[in-house]
Amino acid sequence: MIGVKDERIVGTAVPRLEGREKITGQARYVDDMVLPGMLYGATVRSRIPRGKIKKITFGPEINWQEFVIVSAKDIPGKNCVALIEDDQPCLADEFINHPEEPILLLAHEDRHLLPKAVEAVSVEYHPLSAIFTMEESESRSEIIWGANNTFKTILIDKGDVQGVWEKAHYIVEGEYRTGAQEQLYIENNGMIAAFEPQQGLTVWGSLQCPYYVHKALMELCGLPPGRVRVVQMETGGAFGGKEEYPSMIAAHAALLALKSGRPVKIIYDRMEDMAATTKRHPSRTRHRTAVSKDGKILGGTIEFTIDGGAYATLSSVVLSRGAIHAGGPYYWPNVRINAKAVATNAPPHGAFRGFGAPQSIFALERHMDRIAQVVELSPIEIRRRNFLKPGQTTTTGQAVSEPIDLGRLLDRALELSNYSAKKDEFARQNQNGNCKRGIGIASFLHGAGFTGAGERYLSSVVEVEACEDGGVRVLVSSAEFGQGTKTILCQIAAEALGLRYEDVRFAQPDTQEVPNSGPTVASRTAMVVGKLVQSAAIGIRQTLRASGLLGESYSAEEFRIACRKYVAAHGKLRSLARYEQPEDIVWNEEKYRGSAYAAFSWAVYIAAVTVDLTTYSVSVDDFVALQEVGRVLHPVLAKGQIIGGVAQAIGFALYERVVWDNGRMQNAQMTNYIMPTSADLPPIRVYFEEMGNVHGAFGAKGIGELPMDGPAPAIVSAVGDALRTFFNSIPLLPEDIFDAIAGKGENAEHAGSARGNP
Amino acid sequence: MRAHPANYELVAPGGLSAVLSLLAKERGVWLPIAGGTDVMVEYAAGKLPARKLVSIWNLPELRRIEVFPGEIRIGAGCTYTDLRVHDMVGREFPLLANAASWTGGIANQNRGTIGGNIVNASPAADSLPALLVYEAELILVSANGERRVPYSNFHVAYRKTRLAPDELIRAVCLPRCFSRYYAHARKVGPRKAQAIAKVCLAAQARLENGVVEDIRVAMGSVAPVPLRLVRTEDSIKRKPIDAALLRLARQTTAAEIQPIDDIRSTASYRAAVAGNLVAEFLQALSTRGMQG
Repeated sequence: MIGVKDERIVGTAVPRLEGREKITGQARYVDDMVLPGMLYGATVRSRIPRGKIKKITFGPEINWQEFVIVSAKDIPGKNCVALIEDDQPCLADEFINHPEEPILLLAHEDRHLLPKAVEAVSVEYHPLSAIFTMEESESRSEIIWGANNTFKTILIDKGDVQGVWEKAHYIVEGEYRTGAQEQLYIENNGMIAAFEPQQGLTVWGSLQCPYYVHKALMELCGLPPGRVRVVQMETGGAFGGKEEYPSMIAAHAALLALKSGRPVKIIYDRMEDMAATTKRHPSRTRHRTAVSKDGKILGGTIEFTIDGGAYATLSSVVLSRGAIHAGGPYYWPNVRINAKAVATNAPPHGAFRGFGAPQSIFALERHMDRIAQVVELSPIEIRRRNFLKPGQTTTTGQAVSEPIDLGRLLDRALELSNYSAKKDEFARQNQNGNCKRGIGIASFLHGAGFTGAGERYLSSVVEVEACEDGGVRVLVSSAEFGQGTKTILCQIAAEALGLRYEDVRFAQPDTQEVPNSGPTVASRTAMVVGKLVQSAAIGIRQTLRASGLLGESYSAEEFRIACRKYVAAHGKLRSLARYEQPEDIVWNEEKYRGSAYAAFSWAVYIAAVTVDLTTYSVSVDDFVALQEVGRVLHPVLAKGQIIGGVAQAIGFALYERVVWDNGRMQNAQMTNYIMPTSADLPPIRVYFEEMGNVHGAFGAKGIGELPMDGPAPAIVSAVGDALRTFFNSIPLLPEDIFDAIAGKGENAEHAGSARGNP
Repeated sequence: MRAHPANYELVAPGGLSAVLSLLAKERGVWLPIAGGTDVMVEYAAGKLPARKLVSIWNLPELRRIEVFPGEIRIGAGCTYTDLRVHDMVGREFPLLANAASWTGGIANQNRGTIGGNIVNASPAADSLPALLVYEAELILVSANGERRVPYSNFHVAYRKTRLAPDELIRAVCLPRCFSRYYAHARKVGPRKAQAIAKVCLAAQARLENGVVEDIRVAMGSVAPVPLRLVRTEDSIKRKPIDAALLRLARQTTAAEIQPIDDIRSTASYRAAVAGNLVAEFLQALSTRGMQG
């Protein structure tokens, strides 16, 4: 019966909604779908990083009559993948700006004939000088994008940084770098497109953001909204890697379908997926910090630069999140953050879990350790003295309105990890033997939802429907890709309506059917979309009550009867909720001032490692992940999110290196791009604090990206602790550790300088 | 899959003699395929040059492990799993059983064969250093009969062997004379499992009165072929294990191997780790290898 205050469904581990289909093999992924008369598509890509296309020849060994061939000339609308800037062509027409850039599309009904045909197309180029590093891009020796190779600059300016240097007892400098990282979802990218003159264009695919694809296809094909339909199939992982690139593949499948008049399927194999699609932005961060005698940050400058690759894609927003997180969970009375995203001739980098924050937080947390060394405080104490407190303001001037107590969070993490006993034990053990042990820490935060005014612009809409059979359906464009979207949104609707979890269904995200609840990104689903689902569900109840079909309290069966009666009498009952920004969330986009996020999640992570000096390899032995994420909607899924994020971040820190050669990935295979397996993972011990939050459904905040931010700096700190060497870059591979010990490493920091004021 | 199945022909005659007569009839045309754990990777990448494949998977003549008083004869078609679960292999040839457990995942171990590992001839193969250390001999078979050759010089250059185009490896023979040796194996890969070695070591030795009486050391991923480190062995033999010997062993190892920079690691890292592994072996030998 409703009216019971205790939540019955939210906070419990109900079965994953689509779990049965997945484990019994009934779930339908895009490659499981076959349409009558369907062709298979493939992409001819550039082999050079930059140049002009001179000539395209089709080899004589192929019967080209059998193939559908699409070039830029066949694009009915605008030749771009519409996103933020419209700079990225769907097919290169004249200029090539990165390796693996799509030039031509081929389709045939026998998918096995395509690889050879792709090989048989030869493209002659007039090569142009290309640039591959942020430094080359900044030097502007070649201008490859816009007027100055810069996609976006951001300035965050708080207080008076000029004034802090003379008051400083210490000035601490450092430079920190992070590498590219591949998302490595289990299911590679794939799409099917079909064009019917009556209905228009439909695509089915593996994707995170149905309405991003919808927008891109409208621009590309010059079609009105009602003539483009995007359907999300079961999606085997995404991690941000299916945020923007699916628009490109959908566009390619659509062009082939338009030209051939037949449905076309494009499925990337692992090599193509790794070589051609987006990765995490490589970054470089420079810190210069004024610190008081007792270890308090007085102020500082942070230069945060990311490599965007050849086109703008999402770099401006990745940069934004990275810049805003660059100050971490610490109080900066004065700070100037200069952030920029620059162009290089690599395939565009894009969204990946954390979205800029893992990069800038890595730098900051390493820098906090460096400050601790200079000030001669422990890594614990330097953090404790600088933690943000309620009422203080972040770098953008946002007052911390939540009653967060980071000192208490820190104490609990220290206790859970047995930090001080381990620290002593390791110091003793490390005097002998070839295995050195260390322990390291990171404290950090992650903002939930779109940055700044983003949620207001998105203006997301969700619907909840009372169905003819008495059940309830949630209609959103938010996608399930393993993280639990379907389950938690159905939990929320069931909880809000006093129904059983089994009474709620989830509509397949299909732009013809569901409203635009925004993209499935930015740790926004539980907090923003969840809250809207809660409101829309309550709307159903209000309508049923207003029509006299439902009393103040009711059973699940009475609710079903009421729905059935309502639908019989009035037809379809759908309740809509649209996001409205709370009045206290104010953001100034020009000045980068104000409330950057409606809520932050907070965390302290502690890693213990062993470095084997026979092989210079690191194994993570123990990992404590303590976080405050608001209400935990589903304890098992939430814990899974944290464990998975930590595992992925262990890969980011210690294993995963993209080997580049002139902008092209050389190790685009899982044999040579090394992600950790379960054998490489420590016990990951997950603990939650639940403070609640007014903005999210039942007090939930964001959780998906948070665990990607902290592990890398905690682990690298632990490696440094074990070896008494300061490391400033990731990935930190055994070869790097060897080079550092052998004294020729660039990764081991001796570059950071510090001076004490006399 | 980047290859077109229609471009390939696969036959499975089902018996050894039928396979051998096919190999004899069209020399160099047919590529034998056993578990396919190497061949199918090339096929999937669209890089398999051979167009005609003859299956030797699970041929009974090749899938036996025979134990004789003086040697064990392992059929070339035995899988890594066969080696892992075989009592005597585990007891008397632990280096081989270890290497079998390192290779790929369980699925690979159920399909990959010892003969395939030898013929594929990757310098990074996990099992081959063990075969060098055990001074294996190979029985090669063709339609014309059998010949028995030492394994030590079977690999002639990067991925080139002495196998004739009409021959198969029938069996790998290991002499049963190492019961008094202390055996030590270590694989250094980029992660703990399912990885290709950056350096791997198989070694065994016998200590007598604190002196290294006999020693055999072999490594993978440090040269164009799996390498027996004969000079390093000589530098260690008949010496007591002390700091000077460890230093000498490292130096000789570094001089004897020919590591390269490649997509997986660097030459300098491999050289350092190779030296460390030999030193680690000697230290383990001095503390744990006293018996015998």
